[in-house]
Amino acid sequence: MTQTATASPAKWRLKQPSIIPGFGLTLGFSLAYLSLIILIPVAGLLWRTAELGWSGFFSVFADRRTLDALYISFGTAFLAALVNVVFGTILAWVLTRYNFPGRQLVDAMVDLPFALPTAVAGIALASLYAPNGWIGSLFMPFRIAFTPLGIVIALVFIGLPFVVRTVQPIMEEIDREVEEAAATLGANRFQTILRVILPGLTPAILTGFALAFARGVGEYGSVIFIAGNIPYVSEIAPLLIVIRLEEFNYAGATAIATIMLLISFLMLLVINLIQAWSRRRYGNV
Amino acid sequence: MEVTINNIRKEFERFPALNDVSLKIASGELIALLGPSGSGKTTLLRLIAGLDFPTGGQIFFGDEDASHHSVQERNVGFVFQHYALFRHMTVAENIGFGLKVRPSSSRPPKSEIRRRVSDLLDMVQLGGLEKRYPNQLSGGQRQRVALARAMAIEPRILLLDEPFGALDAKVRKELRRWLREFHDRTGHTTVFVTHDQEEALELADRVVVMSQGKIEQVGSADDVYDRPGSPFVFSFIGESSHLPVEVKEKTVFFQGQPIGISEAAAGGGELFFRPEDISLVEAQDALFGKVTACRRLAGTRIAEIDIANDGHAPYHVEVEVPLHAPVALGSEVRFRPTRWKVFENA
Amino acid sequence: MSDKARTSNPAFRDPADEGFATKVALLLLSLAFLIFFLFLPLLSVFVEAFREGWGAYYEALAEPDAAAAIRLTLLVAAIAVPLNLVFGLCASWAIAKFEFKGKAFLITLIDLPFSISPVISGLVYVLLFGSGSLLGPLLKSWGIEILFAVPGIVLATVFVTFPFVARELIPLMQDQGSGDEEAALSLGASGWQTFRFVTLPNIKWGLLYGVLLCNARAMGEFGAVSVVSGRIRGLTNTMPLHVEILYNEYNMVAAFAVASLLALLALVTLALKTLLELRFGAGNAGGRH
Repeated sequence: MTQTATASPAKWRLKQPSIIPGFGLTLGFSLAYLSLIILIPVAGLLWRTAELGWSGFFSVFADRRTLDALYISFGTAFLAALVNVVFGTILAWVLTRYNFPGRQLVDAMVDLPFALPTAVAGIALASLYAPNGWIGSLFMPFRIAFTPLGIVIALVFIGLPFVVRTVQPIMEEIDREVEEAAATLGANRFQTILRVILPGLTPAILTGFALAFARGVGEYGSVIFIAGNIPYVSEIAPLLIVIRLEEFNYAGATAIATIMLLISFLMLLVINLIQAWSRRRYGNV
Repeated sequence: MEVTINNIRKEFERFPALNDVSLKIASGELIALLGPSGSGKTTLLRLIAGLDFPTGGQIFFGDEDASHHSVQERNVGFVFQHYALFRHMTVAENIGFGLKVRPSSSRPPKSEIRRRVSDLLDMVQLGGLEKRYPNQLSGGQRQRVALARAMAIEPRILLLDEPFGALDAKVRKELRRWLREFHDRTGHTTVFVTHDQEEALELADRVVVMSQGKIEQVGSADDVYDRPGSPFVFSFIGESSHLPVEVKEKTVFFQGQPIGISEAAAGGGELFFRPEDISLVEAQDALFGKVTACRRLAGTRIAEIDIANDGHAPYHVEVEVPLHAPVALGSEVRFRPTRWKVFENA
Repeated sequence: MSDKARTSNPAFRDPADEGFATKVALLLLSLAFLIFFLFLPLLSVFVEAFREGWGAYYEALAEPDAAAAIRLTLLVAAIAVPLNLVFGLCASWAIAKFEFKGKAFLITLIDLPFSISPVISGLVYVLLFGSGSLLGPLLKSWGIEILFAVPGIVLATVFVTFPFVARELIPLMQDQGSGDEEAALSLGASGWQTFRFVTLPNIKWGLLYGVLLCNARAMGEFGAVSVVSGRIRGLTNTMPLHVEILYNEYNMVAAFAVASLLALLALVTLALKTLLELRFGAGNAGGRH
């Protein structure tokens, strides 16, 4: 291409030549399927939002209940992601560095929140942290379930593997030599962890946080059982969408959904920026 | 700083990595630990640094028994094989790290750290690269940052693990000369590990040849090359051939025939000689064999010679032949070692 | 040297080690966290399910509505998983074997459903096929029901499980490159033969891994399905929806009995997943499920 560029303007081509067959068929099918299942429906949502117009869109957010629901969703997701960053990082450290009986079992179990249907997690956590549940009764008269704290509990459950599974592979790559180098330079173990190991993990921890946060904001199944769902107090945004739908208030549902969608995309962008930044500076993710 | 190593032993799960090693390193000396992989040279270096703990024995820094001091207390500069730079820190932050982690009582003020970092960068000829990150540097530059970082803590001794192992041949040669100059300038007691004999012989004041967890010989480049102390050193350093011989009445016999050289001790042994230390002769009392290959090697020509062994696989030796009078393939040559050593059979 | 076990010597502190007390403390902290957030919830599912013994457990599962929910869940997974399997194969083939414009964007789009709330995934279909839309009434006039019927549930499930297989296969096939395929083609194999005899054997474990995760999510999806299903007992109730209904009716034993089946599915999935990771190194997509 570069050689011919001086003689004639390079011809635009969708793909580089290849002897491997099947490009048209596989890409064609993929695009068609993607459009039918994802793009057209999502575009439909955005179109419906556009139909609302600015005033219609903002009138939805004049409602206290909507604002509170969004605030609760984002606030609890933020707290839960914070908890997961702390415990997820410790857990990843324990799993990569320490050898103890049952380590593989624990490692496998970390993925449970990925595999366990959210409704099952929801009723299990609700009954466990309810005032008469195994754990809830320990904390009485302080109530966990059916309060915003219950939402945080459910979101910690849901978000844990995101942090562990993002941080763990980076931890495994840490070169022992780097820790020894810090020691030869006079750093004690605490300084080595704080100044050498943790800064190196920061991009992964931030990514894990963003993933857990994004997932927590949209989570529905595991939350609604434990939340209590009291408007203005413990009602999450996804639940409010469902309620608006049941009231046939499509405009209300659409507007909330659009806001959440936009914020999800923003999170996705942030995650990609973190990774690009980390790759550029440190030469890895 | 003088370093004394007394009867050091190190076992990894009962596999002995070092077996009763003793060594005295003079202050300001540049020492190479040379040996094949698994010889224990890196283990010895790590024990001096305090990165591993010996199973037995002691290490003295000067008069002070450092055996029970932690790596932090020993204050040694260690340059790792793959540099182990902190990749989330800039070059300047890497070099200043050892000063920044000191307890506040002995930590220099920020401006002082900055000045020291900049001096060190000049010393390793990397001035102006303070703000770079390690992955924006070439291999040779990283190596020098690692060295500057180790020097920043004003170490009592400098330890380098395969300092040029990860570099390509050209950079390796440049850095080798540079490190020698650096050492002459700073005068630090320096120990480096290498498996490259050329590197060890060219760079070090003294070479410690190691094999299988033991020190085989300690000496200058001339010592270990010209006066190898053991069959291992003779064959590990430089090119050599060896043949089983017998010494009777101060005469060396090979396959029952005298070969025209003499030796003091009597009994069976192994004759070692280097390719360049032979002369081609006409006499009957000499070694003889058939030329199987002849190859040019820089400024010399080396002939590979098979010596018949009575129905067994022939002995294979290599000798240097005149550059301008090549021997014909298949022809028979007669030769005698001019310098040699017979090691008695154990 | 670094991976060899070090001789334990009380006087020596390994420079890359925290010391025994710190280790034990961190380990106990982690285990306590896991017990409160993972093990006890899982255990409680089975304890609650068997609270009134095997008889009640069996009865809860044999009850017609529960049985119908189980059948519907299996049916939905049986449609959604193969669809996404075919898509995953096509998309990863196109992305891994060819260089074309907009590839990075396509990969981002494939990941999209992971970052959308399940409720919104359901909502988009309600908006597309609902009574206020253009399509809904039209299809209805032809006698085709999408919403509050099986097709809607399938669509919502396909949406949320869309990326699983593709996500697993794309990095795997990118790693493997096209060398094997080029060799097969140069030896005279057809495109289909190349795929069947060369590519497929290379990716089979990764494919199985992706299918496993896809299936677990398909059977367990709650939010998206709940929005489109209408929850008509015996007709449009999947197992997770049935759990919700029973739970809200305070029929705890039945709710946890159905939930225990789903928890069992999760455990089997985890076990197989771990096995695949240990035996075949499958599963390099990391933590984004």
